[in-house]
Amino acid sequence: MAKVFIPTPLRKFTDQQSDIAIAGATVSEILEQLVERFPSLKQYLITSDGQLPPFINVFVGEEDIRNLQRMETEVSSDTLVSIIPAIAGGSEGVILSKKELARYDRHITIPEFGLEGQIKLKSSKVLVIGSGGLGSPLLLYLAAAGVGHIGIVDFDSVQDSNLHRQVLFGEEEVGMPKVDAAKKKLESLNPYITIKVYKERFSFKNALSLVEEYDVVADGTDNFPTRYLVNDVCVLKGKTNIYASIFQFEGQVSVFNFKDRDGNIGPNYRDLYESPPPLGLVPSCAEGGVLGVLPGIIGSMQALEVIKVITGVGQPLSGKLFTFDALSFSSRTFMLKKNPSNPLTGKTSIEPSLFDYEHFCGFHNHEIKEITAEEFRCLMGSGEDYQLVDVREAHEYYANNLSGILIPMGKILNCSHQIRRDVKVIIHCKAGGRSARAIRSLEEEKGYENLYNLKGGIEAVMACKLENA
Amino acid sequence: MNIRLFGITKDIIGAESLQVPNDLSIHTVRDLKHWLYAKYPDIKSLKALAVAVDHGYAEDGDKLSPGNEIALIPPVSGG
Repeated sequence: MAKVFIPTPLRKFTDQQSDIAIAGATVSEILEQLVERFPSLKQYLITSDGQLPPFINVFVGEEDIRNLQRMETEVSSDTLVSIIPAIAGGSEGVILSKKELARYDRHITIPEFGLEGQIKLKSSKVLVIGSGGLGSPLLLYLAAAGVGHIGIVDFDSVQDSNLHRQVLFGEEEVGMPKVDAAKKKLESLNPYITIKVYKERFSFKNALSLVEEYDVVADGTDNFPTRYLVNDVCVLKGKTNIYASIFQFEGQVSVFNFKDRDGNIGPNYRDLYESPPPLGLVPSCAEGGVLGVLPGIIGSMQALEVIKVITGVGQPLSGKLFTFDALSFSSRTFMLKKNPSNPLTGKTSIEPSLFDYEHFCGFHNHEIKEITAEEFRCLMGSGEDYQLVDVREAHEYYANNLSGILIPMGKILNCSHQIRRDVKVIIHCKAGGRSARAIRSLEEEKGYENLYNLKGGIEAVMACKLENA
Repeated sequence: MNIRLFGITKDIIGAESLQVPNDLSIHTVRDLKHWLYAKYPDIKSLKALAVAVDHGYAEDGDKLSPGNEIALIPPVSGG
């Protein structure tokens, strides 16, 4: 009787037995006996033409049967026959069901990808931060591809103005928390994966613990403080950060903090941009706009890089910044290198103030007073005297306004004499970013104390009107 | 020297690309930055700006010559 060693992933088909005594003179006979006793093993051990599948190796003693007589290799009694599936480290115990094998057939068929690649996807854990424009295609493709464990961090709810690009959501989900809508959609797309959601802001408080349990992080956030935080946490925790970002017609993609096979770690975001631009200078999608299909293109590339990093297939975009310009349909790839003055990995040591993300990005220089769209509606109807100031540009104002006085952001200090000090002054822009900056300048430079930022800007007021219509 | 502009630098400069007159004494990336800062103060206030020379990330001390293809790549944050 020969003894057959069953690897962990296949033990669920052998009632958890690892060593099974089987009579037979050749490998072929032994495997036939084995699958007769445990029929569900057959799909993993023997192809329809009686051969071993390419992802299974069999050893007799210490010799690979491919170096002997293959299936006809003789087996003397008391010899150990070991079945060794081609599975990378960390994937131990992960196995694909028959339905999953059928689902991912077109992946498994690719020679460079194969069952091994698919099993790596199933074993992997990916944290997607932000489920908006980039997050939509990213999550759809990761889920469809069979990434086994996906975490999603987003505190926001679906808004009507998201739907032109955030293809993960539909009209019926407007108002729903994004993570809940995303989970529902992705689970219906692929029941073989698990989705874990975090309905919270990715912040200094939770960043380390959130990232900890994942192998790879994909950054699809929409603001600089969070982008720097994601980068820094990935560097601290040794996680690869698959980065993508968009603006109007342009997109950027890179793979940061990637550890290659030799253990060398590639550049990170701070090698590219040591510190962020001041608040308001580089507009967000809400302020600057974005062509809806652009995050579809860029987010799909981000998904591609996540899949490549997990499976080890191909060369990831580490040490390179890919840029795409949709207007001219041109792309360029720039080589990156490590920056000696990178505060995280460079020669100088880390200053703690660098981790006060919202502060260094100019967000909370000091607290400013806010008023919500709903409160603003009440104020309008209350008869109380107030002044409304619109700090957007003239073309935005003439397209749509709330009848406030127009003082574009760039002229706010020079025209401050038009801003009253004796009543409540509400300052607004499109989404609340520029007006916050205007208020800080006016408070710091001109000593104003009666200014309120309209939270969410004119967009929030319009949304509020729609809801109440 | 021709500079290809990306992202917000297009808006700041008001063009898709920028031609640097050859008669200026711009020999390094640092010289180029100072020339841009003087001409376009908003470029200076960006603080974060990557300069690429011939498809590679360049440092301030790197030398420039007339045939170089230069790109200004500011950060973008949209998602």
